Parts: sequence; structure tokens; C-alpha cells
Amino acid sequence: MSVGAPSELAAKRPPQSHRVYGPSALGGGLQRFWALTFMLARTEFKLRFFGSAFGYLWTLVRPLLFFGVLLFVFTKILDVNRGSPIPHYPEYLLESIILFTFFQETTSGCVPSLVGRENLLRKVRFPRLVVPLSVALFSLFNLGMNLVVVFIFILASGVSPTVTWLELPVLVALLAILATGLGMLLSALYVRFRDIQPIWEVISQVLWYGSPILYTVQTASKHHLFGISFARILVINPIGAILTQARKALLDPAAPSAVRAIGGTGRLLIPFAIVFGLFALGLWYFNREAPRISENL
Amino acid sequence: MLHPLRSTTYDELKAVQDISFEIAEGEFFGIVGRNGSGKSTLLKCIAGIYGVDAGRISIAGRLSPFIELGVGFNPDLNARDNVIINAIMLGLSRRQAMKRFDHVVAFAELEGFMDLRLKNYSSGMLVRLAFATAIQVDAEILLIDEVLAVGDAAFQQKCFEEFFRLKREGKTIVFVSHDMHAVERFCDRAMLMERGVMTRIGDPREIGRAYHELNFGKLAHDAPAESHSASGTAITEAWFETGEGERVTSAAQEDSMSMCFEARFGEDVEEPVFAATLRTELGHTIIVARSDQHGQASGDFKAGESVVARFRIPNWLTPSRYLLTPSLARQGTGESALALVEDMASIVVHGTGSGGILELPIDIGLERL
Repeated sequence: MSVGAPSELAAKRPPQSHRVYGPSALGGGLQRFWALTFMLARTEFKLRFFGSAFGYLWTLVRPLLFFGVLLFVFTKILDVNRGSPIPHYPEYLLESIILFTFFQETTSGCVPSLVGRENLLRKVRFPRLVVPLSVALFSLFNLGMNLVVVFIFILASGVSPTVTWLELPVLVALLAILATGLGMLLSALYVRFRDIQPIWEVISQVLWYGSPILYTVQTASKHHLFGISFARILVINPIGAILTQARKALLDPAAPSAVRAIGGTGRLLIPFAIVFGLFALGLWYFNREAPRISENL
Repeated sequence: MLHPLRSTTYDELKAVQDISFEIAEGEFFGIVGRNGSGKSTLLKCIAGIYGVDAGRISIAGRLSPFIELGVGFNPDLNARDNVIINAIMLGLSRRQAMKRFDHVVAFAELEGFMDLRLKNYSSGMLVRLAFATAIQVDAEILLIDEVLAVGDAAFQQKCFEEFFRLKREGKTIVFVSHDMHAVERFCDRAMLMERGVMTRIGDPREIGRAYHELNFGKLAHDAPAESHSASGTAITEAWFETGEGERVTSAAQEDSMSMCFEARFGEDVEEPVFAATLRTELGHTIIVARSDQHGQASGDFKAGESVVARFRIPNWLTPSRYLLTPSLARQGTGESALALVEDMASIVVHGTGSGGILELPIDIGLERL
């Protein structure tokens, strides 16, 4: 079929034309990418909190209540401190809950994020990666607010600030990279396989108990799995390594560092490799799927 | 039985294929077609929302990233937030969006409603807001799906003016529409799609007509271009008459008039259906009058017989020119035309127009309470 455009119009046509490809994960300019990510996260924030009477308080109340229940169960009923008391157990518990909540909120929020924004994905061209990243950013807002409470709690319990507190941003960044990497992977997978949601719920549960939140690496060091100290396995889990290091940095300088818990600096490469490996995998898979996401929804 | 590991089979659907066309800079280009013909998919491919499996699309210039009004509108947020969100979606920065906000509000004529949540907006207000935001986009090429003119009559006029402004500014606009009136009014060229392929491209009036045929005109579609069928059945003449039987080419409003045509049968036909279709110049069908409308029998006709059909109507049409398409078909559903002549006669109606299509006699009641 040959179609002639009106010649006088055709004459004006600028010579530089570029080819249109399908949507991509990134692309479209950094400024727009950031503007969109921030806008989506901000919108989510507004929607979540402005409609309810207590608004933002709920994000605080939920982990705090949970913390209260766990503290009661584990110090009054099960009494984890009997025998060898864990110093600053309540503070450790709260801080770990808040950090893990961030991880869980990001990953489980990412899973249905692309599917939930179908109308946007089908109607607008924008870098697809904006969607999971906005979820991570939203969780990061929450984490920031929650950490304020954690610090108030820590200071009130008599721990004085030290220089090592500055390690926290690095640890949070590592946790965020891990959560975002998984988030990218899960959100893209969920578009094709809806089984991801229940599967991820179970894995999250396993991670919750498999990370030193209710207990510490020292509690676990008495137990062995395949002849390896259970403490080491816990620290191979990047979340375990991050929580262990955070405990030393924030609460108790005498507590084992992540390096000591895993048994050598070299071995610490394992959790690092997991964090960055998962991030790379997530980014690769997301990027591969990006052009087809809007069609597969 | 369901087997979790059995691979799912897919039905491959080629939504769009074998399409090749060029749109020049500054052109208004319409894409029309029935539902499911692939118009929107094509638009999404151009917009880069869907990737294409084969072929290539090239554009020169900045493309608007959206194809529909009000994308990302959230009913739970107020209008102010939504305008900003929508503007950022369109590619503006937050600062630009803030700066143009007042302009958007003024254009939408929604001052005082900005803190209202969108779920409390009427649908008319909603589209006005969406339209006002959408025209803020800084793009050289705009892609628009379905919605062109929205809101009440006054706002529609504003929308049209805005389109003419965009046109004057040399923007290229590609839009998908079912509104042939708009296609014919704005487009330089248009394209008709059918089941994923382009069937026609060219003059918007022609395309509009073809589209109407596709929708309403099985009769028209099957008919030969000439006025008679193989058997020699033909419509020989068509005209308009006054109520008194005088042939006219113009008529005063409110008088009665008849749409008439003469047909000659080339074969024996039982109970044929005589029909007269009155259209505006833009191809909008105003009246379809059929001899079997109320179940009447038309009788049996022998080869060689001639018949004059008259459809008498009160003339309540608004001042304009109208075209008569007479047709003759066999009885029954899925009828194919024995004869049909497009726009065989025309009439100009004069009188006063209120802006509507019909000028019906209206009893106006005002009751002081």
C-alpha cells in the first residue's frame, strides 16, 4: 500500500527522525525518571495516610504494637534472657522489626505494583522501572519516620550516641538495594506468574524467623546445621548480617560484628554478593521484560 | 484436568498488520474503524507503549507520552494534586506543573473546585479538567485516543478552538475517533482500519462515508456502484416534493415534505423494501425511512413495472443541506440491495436554527412559584 503524504507538507519534514521502540525499563531522561518516581511515591503516601483519622500514626502504631506483643511473649513467657541475658534486647527487637518491616513492605509492595498500575502502563510511555522504585521510595519514607521513633526509644533506654551510628545509613542502603533488587525481580515475575504472591508470602515468613530479629546470632551459635554453626548461616543471609552489624553499631559495642559472626572478612563477601547479585538479577530480568509488560498485564 | 506444569497454549492475535503510512509534519490525521479493528493498538505502538514484533515506526519530533485524557487521575485525591500528577505524567517537571496550574484551572473553568476530591466531580467536570491539563503538554506530536471535544456545548467550542490553535502552531496530531463529524472537521487526512489492516486512506470525507457504510450500510456495501442490479432493477430518479406535490430543491422549515424516488423492476420481486436515507453533508444519518417500518406489505411487483415511492415527513430539520439516498432491497433480514444510489438528490432547508439537528415544535412551560 503506497501512501503519498501531501507534498508541500512533506517538504517541511525535518530530516532527523528516530525509530520508536517499545517501552523500556529506564530511558526517557533522568529528570523525568526521578520526577515520576517521586510523584508516584508521594501519591501513595498521600493516599495511604490522608484518608484515615490517625493518618500516619498507623504506620507507627502497627510495628510498635507488634513489638509490644513480641516483647511480652519473649521476655515474660519464653524469657530469652534467662541464662545469658541479651543486652538491650527490647531496643534490638524494635530496631530489627523496623528494618525488617522496611524490607518486607518494599518487596511485598513491589509484587503487585505493575499489575496494579495497569491503567498507567497501558496509556503512558514512561520508564517501567519507575513503578517498583516508587514502592521502594515510599517504604523508605516510612522507614525514615519509624527510625525517628527507634532513636527516641534507644536514647531513652540510656544508650548514648556514638560515631558508629553513622554506619546505619550504609546498612540501610544495603538493605534498600537488596529489597529493590528483589522488588524488581518479583514485580516483573508477577506479571507472568500470579503464583509469586503466595510464594513470596511464605518466603517472607521464613526470612522473618531465619533472621536474627527475635534472637541474636549469639543465641543461635549453640546450634549447628550440617556441622556449621547456625550463627554463620544467619549471617550469610544479608538481612542477618545487616541486623547483626546494626546491633553492634547502634546498641552494644561489645556485640559481635558481622565479620566476627561469619568468621572472617573474606566470608563477608558472601552476603555482599547476594545483595548485589540479586540486584543485578532483578535489574536484568526487569529490563528484559520491560518492553512486554504492558501487553502481558 | 488442570496440570500445573503443562504449558499454556496461546492464541496468537495479530492486532495490527500490514500497515504502512506516513504522516507529515503539521498534519491532522484521523484513524477510524469499528471497535476491535486495531486503532488503539496502532496508536499505542506509535506512542511506544507497545513494542512491535515486526516492522518499524519512525518519528521526527517530540511525542506526547500519553494517549488518553486523565491518565493517572485518582478519585481519592483532590483536583489540585491530580492536575500536578497528570502534568508530571505528561512530561512536565513539578515546577512547570505548578506554574501552569492556574492556567489549567482557568481553562477548565473550575475555580473554587480545586480542593474537591475527584470522586465528587461530575463526569463533565472531570473531562474538562483532564482536557485542560492535557493541552499543557510540550510536544510536537500528539496522540489522542477517542476523546476530542468534551463537556457542555460552550466547553466543546473551547476545545475546538484549542484544536485549531494547535493546528495553527503546526503540531502534528494523530487521533482515533468514532466521531466522524470531528474527523471531517479537523483532519487533513484519515485512515480506515478493518480487522487490523488499513483498508483506506485519504480524504476524511471519503473515509467518514466508508466508515458509515461499514457500520450501517450492509445495504450500501453490497450494492453495486451503479444504480441497478444485474436483473436491470434500477432507481431512475430521486427528488424532494412539498406537501402539495411540487418538486423542490429547497424547502421551508415546518412545511411537510416528501422524499421520493422512482424505481423500475427488472425481475419479479415479492414484497420488496423501499427505503430512503437522509444524511447531512457530513454523512450523519438523520432519517432512515423504510416501507416495512410498521410491518406493512409493499405488494408484489412484476418485471418491467415502475413504482414511485414517497416518504412524507414533517420538516423539522435544522437549516442545512441534506442528501437523499434511495434504495430498494429484497425482503428479509440480511437483505442485499437490488438498487441503491448514494446521494441522488439534495435539498436545502431554510429557516431558523437553534444549533441542534432537529427543530421540533416545542411547548414551553414556565410556571412561577
